[in-house]
Amino acid sequence: MDSITKMVVINSSKLLPSDVVIKLYESNADVLIKETCFGVMVTGERKVVDSLLSTIRKMDPYGIFVKERGFAPGEPYRCRATRRGGARPGFHNLESEDKLLPHIASALRALDKGEIPQIKQKKKKLDIEKLKNIIKGTEVQQ
Amino acid sequence: MKVFIYPTNSLILSDLVERFGHEPLAIMQEVGKKVKSQGLDSPPLNITPEDPKLGLKYAAVEVPSGVRGRMSLFDPLLRNAEAAIVVRDPVISFGCMGCARTNELVNFLLRAKKIPLLELDYPSNEEEAKEFVYKISEFLKSLKPAEEKK
Repeated sequence: MDSITKMVVINSSKLLPSDVVIKLYESNADVLIKETCFGVMVTGERKVVDSLLSTIRKMDPYGIFVKERGFAPGEPYRCRATRRGGARPGFHNLESEDKLLPHIASALRALDKGEIPQIKQKKKKLDIEKLKNIIKGTEVQQ
Repeated sequence: MKVFIYPTNSLILSDLVERFGHEPLAIMQEVGKKVKSQGLDSPPLNITPEDPKLGLKYAAVEVPSGVRGRMSLFDPLLRNAEAAIVVRDPVISFGCMGCARTNELVNFLLRAKKIPLLELDYPSNEEEAKEFVYKISEFLKSLKPAEEKK
């Protein structure tokens, strides 16, 4: 049996981790569920977890983000309870990306509406000849 | 199609690749195998003497063991990668959480593999995020879906 753990990160104004947990319990699937501050962690057989999370994603397609996790919830080598507190390894990247999730959500919404963003032109670096001319122009004549 | 993502533990990239119908190749899968596989040889991460040998494929023996250890985890991901999405200079790769040499080596190996590669910067505002998501969706649409390949 191929057992996996998936993290469901919720960044939604209309959904709480507790709502997702209730929905997961309602499904009666053979999975282990853990509610966290950022969302939910679900452990179980790959097929079961994938199909379950695809239905959960429909609750708010732009507010639910999913990724796999190597360790199971409560793993003593990662869990804060057994490591005397502090952020667990991997939390910092999650925290830095969590700040971007509202932007990503609105980008996904715009993409579904068929909006094509204007690709920004990269600023060219200052030409060396131009820089030389600027320096010459500002030099004080003696 | 199997898409390698960098940073290899990115939530955003992993989610977007899966959302657009491809399989993300992330480090979490490899860490999971080391933790969950049956018959632990050396807990907690089940790193066996075989693993540094995998790392030796990429880096010489005098290279710091951290690089070889990391490369042993990256090896199956790099071998299976059919396309890649790379975010340039992610914040997480700076400092003690990252390994600059491994990151450079991984980026070099991806380029040397000559697979479809998309390079981006992390967005800092909504406009950049729209461009970020649009570029990823167009890139992933241009790849063959996983089912078609079979």
